[in-house]
Formats: sequence, C-alpha cells, structure tokens
Amino acid sequence: MSLKTLEGFKFSTLKTPVHLLDPRTKFLIVIAVLVPALLFANIYVMIALLLLQLPLLFVGKVARRWVLSLRAGVFLSGLIFVVNLFTGSYLSAIALTLRFLVLLTSFSLFFMTTSPDDLGLALDRIGAVRWLSRRWLGYPNALSFTFTTAVRLVPTLAVDAQTVVDAQRSRGLELDKGNLLKRVRNYIPILIPLLLIAIRRSLELAEALESRGFPGKEGRTSLFQLKLRPADYAIIALSLAMIAVSFWVYFHYKIPVL
Amino acid sequence: MANAPREIIIAKNLGFQYVGARRAAIQGIDLSIREDEFILLTGPSGCGKTSLCRCLNGLIPNFYQGEWTGELLVDGLSVTTQLTSELSRRVGYVFQNPENQLFALTVEKDIAFGPENLGLSREEIRQRVDEAMNVTGTLPLRDLAPYELSGGQQQRVALAGVLAMKPSVIVLDEPTSFLDPRTAEEVMRASDDLRREMGLTIVVVEHRLDLVARYAERIVVMDAGKIVADGDLEETLDEKFDLLEGLGVGVPRVSLLWTMLRRDGLVSGKVPTHVESAASSLGGMMNQ
Amino acid sequence: MITLEKVSFTYRSGQRALQDIDLSLAGGDFIAIMGENGAGKTTLAKHLNGLLKPSQGRVLVDGEDTRKVSVARLSRKVGLVFQNPDHLLFSETVKDEVAFGLKNFGFAPEVVHNQVIRTLEALGLSEYAETSPFLLSGGERKRVALAAILATEPDYLILDEPTIGQDYQQKERLRNFILQLYSQGKAVVMITHDVEFVAESNPKVILLSQGRIVAQGPADAVLSKDELVKKASLVRPQMSRLFGELTKYGLPSDVVDVHRARILLEEKLSEAKVRVAQNS
Repeated sequence: MSLKTLEGFKFSTLKTPVHLLDPRTKFLIVIAVLVPALLFANIYVMIALLLLQLPLLFVGKVARRWVLSLRAGVFLSGLIFVVNLFTGSYLSAIALTLRFLVLLTSFSLFFMTTSPDDLGLALDRIGAVRWLSRRWLGYPNALSFTFTTAVRLVPTLAVDAQTVVDAQRSRGLELDKGNLLKRVRNYIPILIPLLLIAIRRSLELAEALESRGFPGKEGRTSLFQLKLRPADYAIIALSLAMIAVSFWVYFHYKIPVL
Repeated sequence: MANAPREIIIAKNLGFQYVGARRAAIQGIDLSIREDEFILLTGPSGCGKTSLCRCLNGLIPNFYQGEWTGELLVDGLSVTTQLTSELSRRVGYVFQNPENQLFALTVEKDIAFGPENLGLSREEIRQRVDEAMNVTGTLPLRDLAPYELSGGQQQRVALAGVLAMKPSVIVLDEPTSFLDPRTAEEVMRASDDLRREMGLTIVVVEHRLDLVARYAERIVVMDAGKIVADGDLEETLDEKFDLLEGLGVGVPRVSLLWTMLRRDGLVSGKVPTHVESAASSLGGMMNQ
Repeated sequence: MITLEKVSFTYRSGQRALQDIDLSLAGGDFIAIMGENGAGKTTLAKHLNGLLKPSQGRVLVDGEDTRKVSVARLSRKVGLVFQNPDHLLFSETVKDEVAFGLKNFGFAPEVVHNQVIRTLEALGLSEYAETSPFLLSGGERKRVALAAILATEPDYLILDEPTIGQDYQQKERLRNFILQLYSQGKAVVMITHDVEFVAESNPKVILLSQGRIVAQGPADAVLSKDELVKKASLVRPQMSRLFGELTKYGLPSDVVDVHRARILLEEKLSEAKVRVAQNS
C-alpha cells in the first residue's frame, strides 16, 4: 500500500461550501450516514447513502481523492465480502461490503473537508474533552491540541519516511527481497530512524511552543472562532431528521436484506 | 546625563549541568546585556552557546532539567522563579530549524498562537498579529500553510510569531543554518532593522561571523562552557584574533586577510570586520 | 565514470525538476553542485545511484544504465550521504551501524570486522565503537553516517550539505578528508550552498538553476560572476566582493581564495610602500 492512499483522508485548504461548514455539522453528517448504515443491511439503503454523499463530494471538490480512499479500502472490502459469503447469503455479503464503503466514504469526506485546526477548536468546546484533558494532562485544551498537532505532523513524517527509505536503500537495503521473516526484519532500519525523527521533531516543536507561552494560563483566547451559519443549521436539521427517521423506520418496519 | 540604556539581562556566576552530563554545559558566566544591543554569541561546537540561550528564556530550567548555579535576571525577574510562559513575554527565541517551529495550518494562525496563550482580548491579538505580519513582510503569506513556504519565509514567519509576543529581547540560535546565503543575509538585515525600529535587544548565535559582522557591535566568545572574550566586535577581532583563530571560530575572511598582511608589515591599523570597511582600509593603503 | 546524457526528470506531480543535464564524473574529480532551494540539486544526486530514474535521457555508471540495475547494486559504487544523519542511524552501536552496508553487500565477517575498524579510525570514531550512535552529538552523528557510507569504499561519494551546523574546525577536518579521498582516486561530489567553504576548497563548480546547468567551471570563475551567483540565490565569497571594490587598483575580480588574495595584495602593497619611500 503506497503512501498515496493516505491522500484520500488528507485535508486540503479549499473554500468550498462543504469546507466552510462547521466541523460539528460535518460530524453530524457522518452520524447521519452512520446510523442508517448500521441499522439496516439493505442493498438499496447502502446505494442510497452512497449516492447521497456524492453531491457533497463534488461540491467539496474532493471526488477525485475520494476514489483513492476507495482504492485503500479494496483489500478490506474484498475480505469482508469473502467472509460474509461463508456466513450468510451472497446478497448480504454485497450489502455489508457496500456498508463498509459507505462508512469509508463518510469518514474520508469528513477528514478531507475539515481542517485539523477547526477540529481542534470544536474539540475544545466539548466539555467532556476539556474535563478529561484537565484530569490527564493538566490543561483543558491540551488534549485537543495533542490531537490536532498529531494530524499536522502527518505530512511531514510522510516525507521523512520516504527519505529514510531512500537513505537505507542507498546503503544496500533491499525491501522487496527475501522471505517473510527477512522482509519484516528489513523494516527495522526504516522504523527506528522514523520513530526517533518523530520524537525529535515533537521535542523541538514542544520547545518552540513553550517559548511562545504554551500552554499559558487558564484564560487562553482564540483568535478564530467557530460560528454556526444558516447553512449549518439547515444541514444540522436535515441530519437530525435523517437520524430520527432511521430510528423510527427501524422500530416500525422490518427491512429485509435486499 | 542622558538616559543610559538599562541592563536587561544580568548573569552572575551562572552555571548549568544537564541531568546525566559529565560536565557542566556552562559555568561561571558573568554577563550583562543592555537594551538595544546587537550581540554575536559564538564559539566552537559544544561550547555552551545554546545552553546559555536556553537560560535566557527559561527553557533552562523549565524544559531541561539539571543543576543550576548562580543567578540570572531577565528584565528584573529571576529566571529560576519563573515559568517559560512568563519569560516568553520578555525574551523571544527563534530556533535553527525553521520547519519545526511552525505547526499551524496557516501562517496567520501560527503567528496568533503566542498572543493567544497570553489570554489577551481578541482585538489585541488581531492587532498584534497584523503588526507582526506587516513588520516582517509576511502579510502576503497569511493564508498559506507553513510547510508550503521556503526556509527563508518560514524563518520570517517564526520571527513574526515571536514579535507578536512583544518581547524586549530576541535570541536567534543559528537561524540561518538551513538557509541559502542570500536568504541568510536578508534574515540578518531584517533582524537589525527590527532592532532599530522597535528598540529590541538581539542576540545571534552563529558560527559564520561574516554573516553577522556587519550588524553586531558586541561579540561574546565561549569555549568549554566559559566566556573567554566579551567586548566590542572590532576591538576583539583586532586584539584577540589569535585566540579566536585558535578556538576555531570562523573569523571573517577579510579579517584573516588583513591580519596576515599586517603581520608582514604591509598594512597597519584596525582589523576590518566586513567587506566594505576592508575595501576602504585597503584602498587607503594602496592610495599612498 | 558516471555520465548523464541529456537527463530530464519530471515528478509524478508534473513538476519539472531537471532539464537536459549533461554531466560526467570521473575518479579524482572534486565537484560542488550549487543552486537555490528547489534548483534540483538533491534530485540530481538521487539520479547518480538510481534512486530516481530519468524521465528522458540516461545515466551510466561505469557503463551500466541506472534504469537496468538495482539501487543496491549501484550503491556498491556510488555512496550517497544524506544531509540529516538521523535518517540513517538505527543500530545499537556505532560499530554495527558502520557494518550495516558491508553486511548488505555480502562481505565475509572478517572483512566486515576489519573494514569497520579501519573506517572508524580514519574518521576518528574508534573511541565510540561500542557507543550507541544516539548518544553522540550532532557533529559526531554526521561523522558516523559518513563512516557508514565510506566503509564499503564506494568509488563515487556524494555528500548532501555536509557543512550545515558545523563549526570552522569541523569544516577544516572535512575539507582535509575530502582532499584525501579525491587524491586517492575517488570522485567526490558535494551539494552545498556554503560559498566560503567552496571558495577555500577549490572544486569544480556546477551551478544549477531551475533544473538546468547554468554554469560550470573552476570555483573562482563561477563564483565571482554576480549575475550567476544571484540567480542561484548565493552571494559571492568575501574575497570576490572585496576585490570587486578594488578593481580600480588594477586587481583582478575573479579572486575567491584568501591565499591568492594575499599574494596579489602583497604585490600591490609593496609597490605602494616603495612609492611612499621614494616620495619622502
């Protein structure tokens, strides 16, 4: 699996209507897709959920990279399909494989259109997260900050990973030769430098941030705030409706697999 | 009597040994820095320059553990009694690797980070960020991601982030190592401009003296944890040239050239520290 | 001999990194590749050991086309030392680290053992043989990385930014070491933007800008040309800038090295002294 498949989950700064939605709204969309996907195992429902997300993918201009995330999921989809063939009918195997793709799409869409910064801001507002953060780490915003920093470091570490591979190949390391055991051992010269580089980078970053006053006193202000706009309210309403309808249908009707 | 610039940093017998280290990183440091000075801090690798800088903004002893001796006052505050977050209002630190200092998704958010930590009002933060961007010429970069920028742009953004804290001292620890020579010169010139415009004290750690010689007035040389020379840049290069060369300090090529010619009795007078002064001194010698 | 014949390279993203590069490297050569960030220096280096294959043109290493041979095989002859030693180091001891390449190339244990000892000695690292590489300072780790690549005695050595963060003495040692290497018949290629280091080492300079070679020649010829130097985001060495101000005294402008500068000035200054003596 090449690093390119990660592109299907990477955020890119664009200014589409989808990007501009509040992260909490977008997360609610994920829930609105998740609930019916998990409650039902019907092929038509799955296809509908996929089709429902297509307009969002296109408006968000992330459709092409979404295809990459599907490629990332090919192996797992195949596995799910085969396993379910043994435990159920071939129709249920298709439905469950589709369900996996629906969930994959929903998360991919979320991560591609939500900036880690905004995610952090949203997390910061959640009381439970702040409480946990205070218990574990001593500061209310530490947890959300840890999360968003981890996300930000991913592209940098991806470049480091490639450099380590290049450097070790230049010393004669051959990653595609040998039996399974040898191949696994061959990853040690890749993983150890990468781990250490990640640690060094984080320490240097921590030093730089502390030098700029992090974590600061309790009253840390944020220059940017999240604001819910009319579009957000509309979509939140739709999402809640969808969740409600799903539950209602679930309790009142029995939807078969096909 | 005119107002003499006050002493903003006073170190008395300052020493520090990292946990698990065999010897002290710095010892017996007596240093006094006044407002508005531009100081070049140099010495061979491992001499303790970075450790000294870390004491100035409180990274030692807050971030780095070890044994502290002596006293260090920064803007009247005793460093050992302060958190780094408090000292960061007074002393800004620009690190060697531009990439690992910036972390936000946009330049603007990164610059805002420091003031946000200070718990200032949103309007105050806005104002400081705009001012910092203006002064460092990073306004056109505001919506770009730090990892999309060149090394030189990254260092300017790092500088802006530090300026937004409104410190009185800025420490730059080998800020140009990863930059090409042209950009390195720009960063140095920008630092000097800022000093003049905003009345800041600048401390630059650098191996390559020729980069800083045009701007620094004072040089502090360290070796094995101690200060071995401290004074006016021109005078020190003039009187202590052999000491510096012996330590392996990268003296400017023009200074080396002059000392060689002076030893042969072909020129006389003070050692020039940069190209322009060397050219005029040599021109003077040849015009006779 | 390594030859690049009309090599062009475009990344998969569409970015054109190298265009029409013609270059050759033979044993005994000492070359500095300079240019602005993004000029293609590292991309070019990666073509020399096959990490990257040209989109157009070809790279021949001792007659073998790099597209037809594995990186592992090319690495026996071409040693590429990356800029950041932390991208290489992973072993428990410095000894093991230096032995890694030798083991990958299948040398017998006694050969590996002896080579490691020799290489550590050559680089002044013998005292650290049993030390963990991670406990060493930045400069020492750089030397370990260099030792790790030199242990297999490649014919061509490529150093990516070897002087960053080094103090003057460390750079002196490096310069002497490089001198030893190319006088032994190896080819040494240095990617750098350290103009003063290049001025004092006097390699052949190849200036890259936006993927093309815009100049090549001896250091004093290339680095004293203002327009070229500016294009590559470099500055002229101090000596060159100094002599640029002194041309009215009949001094040449293509001086980059302190010692040549001294000799030229000694002449002029002695003349001036004589004149002063005559006039008084």
